[in-house]
Amino acid sequence: MYTQAMDIPEGNKAPLQSIEQGTASADFDARCAQGDFIEAKDWMPEQYRKTLVRQISQHAHSEIVGMLPEGNWVTRAPSLKRKAILLAKIQDEGGHGLYLYAAAETLGTSRDEMIEALHSGRAKYSSIFNYPTPTWADIGVIGWLVDGAAIMNQVPLCRCSYGPYARAMIRICREESFHQRQGFDLLHAMMQGTEAQRAMVQEAVNRWWWPVLMMFGPEDKDSQHSEQSAKWGIKRLSNDELRQKFVDAIVEQARVLGVTLPDPDLKWNAEHGHHDFGAINWQEFWNVVNGHGPLNKERLAARVQAWDDGAWVREAALAHANKQATRSVAA
Amino acid sequence: MNTPAATHESTIDLKPLGPQHAAWVLRLADGSLVLSQRLSEWCGHGPVLEEDIAFTNIALDLLGQARLLYSHAGALEGQGRDEDAFAYWRDESEFRNPTLVELPNGDFGQSVLRAWAYVSWQCLVWGTLAKSRDTALAAIGAKSVKESRYHQEHLGNWVVRLGDGTEESHRRMQTALDYLWPYTSELFHLDAVETAAMDTGLAPGLDRIAEIWTANTNATLHSATLTVPAPTPFLATGRQGRHSEAMGYLLSEMQALARAHPGARW
Repeated sequence: MYTQAMDIPEGNKAPLQSIEQGTASADFDARCAQGDFIEAKDWMPEQYRKTLVRQISQHAHSEIVGMLPEGNWVTRAPSLKRKAILLAKIQDEGGHGLYLYAAAETLGTSRDEMIEALHSGRAKYSSIFNYPTPTWADIGVIGWLVDGAAIMNQVPLCRCSYGPYARAMIRICREESFHQRQGFDLLHAMMQGTEAQRAMVQEAVNRWWWPVLMMFGPEDKDSQHSEQSAKWGIKRLSNDELRQKFVDAIVEQARVLGVTLPDPDLKWNAEHGHHDFGAINWQEFWNVVNGHGPLNKERLAARVQAWDDGAWVREAALAHANKQATRSVAA
Repeated sequence: MNTPAATHESTIDLKPLGPQHAAWVLRLADGSLVLSQRLSEWCGHGPVLEEDIAFTNIALDLLGQARLLYSHAGALEGQGRDEDAFAYWRDESEFRNPTLVELPNGDFGQSVLRAWAYVSWQCLVWGTLAKSRDTALAAIGAKSVKESRYHQEHLGNWVVRLGDGTEESHRRMQTALDYLWPYTSELFHLDAVETAAMDTGLAPGLDRIAEIWTANTNATLHSATLTVPAPTPFLATGRQGRHSEAMGYLLSEMQALARAHPGARW
């Protein structure tokens, strides 16, 4: 899950409510507070529905766009074993996209509508995929750090208030954990290899470290939606809490791997029981979110082109299905 | 070709049934790997998400077949070559896949049609291996035939949908069929390696699959309202190591990273 867009202001305001809606709303809030699951047919505030569609579809889009930087290396994987692992991983990402779209559809928005929102630029996907994968080590770093950060975000969502989303997240988290281990293993193998391989890993870690920390979204003091989302149980830990947990976990893994995290201010703070880390360049974050990252235009263009190039295929499938239906009626 | 293979019955898995045994296995392995490579180019670019997943899935199955076959070929050869030595460190002329599988993807319809033609052939070949004297190869065939049958069904459904879809999809599929079909004759060409595979009991009945494949594919093409092209005298030569112009690019891409780091482990 990629919380950043949930925290980006879109000017949503809670609409005025009738008395009946007010009662239902109080009931709904009580259920959320008790930790009950809300199901597709239950009453829910319009704002809850909208927020969830936005969050789940953004997550689905991220899975699909995320296939592109990884697909960039599948034809060049340096061993057949790594090629098979990468293909299986990309297949998993596609599967995550499918069941997330299905979860979002239970809220009354069709997959075509969501895809149209992506292609027109109205819907976001995780900004992390606007960064390039110029080397093979990037594939390992995406598994280790990007999927690692995603897991930090996603695990609390397995207990989120919306049932279909929570259930999808349980399966996704299992697979993402596997991907993270595979990414670590890929990098570990390279770190046991030649000098050139080790240098490739370090260079990739240097490029990804700060954008990965940005994946948790703006600092809590600048976050727009966190309070309401926490009340509804669709976000259970704050951006800063998740980021801190991630840094604390990764420092030890980096040591085992033998790579240096590119932050001179990163050090253990015994008083707080956490690692301190340096200031994040939030200007870069907003630049990428607002369409000025290294590959924003290319990633979206690739998705739009795949969709446009496939139009004749989808039309043909529909035409054939209609012909079949007509034939079976005639028969 | 007759061979003294009968004397090696007890250790048949690792003793070649004649000098062409490993070469025949490598043809199968290369066919699976190269088609997998082409299908994986579709990653993230399919016409619908379900097909992105399906193509990735088929590519993964084919890659799995290739890995088993390379390992087996390496054991038969006995020179210490592993799957990566075959995939990354052989040059173009040493690859023995049929030309059909290395041709560029073209549009989705052409990719579907090509893969379908090949996996339909694979289904029959795996079937002949059930009676192979190479029991390890028979086991690979038994595993692979389940995959290939599913691939054949999935891709065959698309051939029908697209052939019998819209005017445009029909036109595209007929164009793809006319382009690809002359390349299929290579699959059934009985050269010395194929004849040896039959004669040594490696792949008995290989000479009969052309007829079954033609009947099967014609039935699907008929349902797809496509016109089967008339046979041509053209015979592709990928299995002899003489490839199309596309093959060099495919291998350059596939092998570049591995070859840039000789001796590295990944």
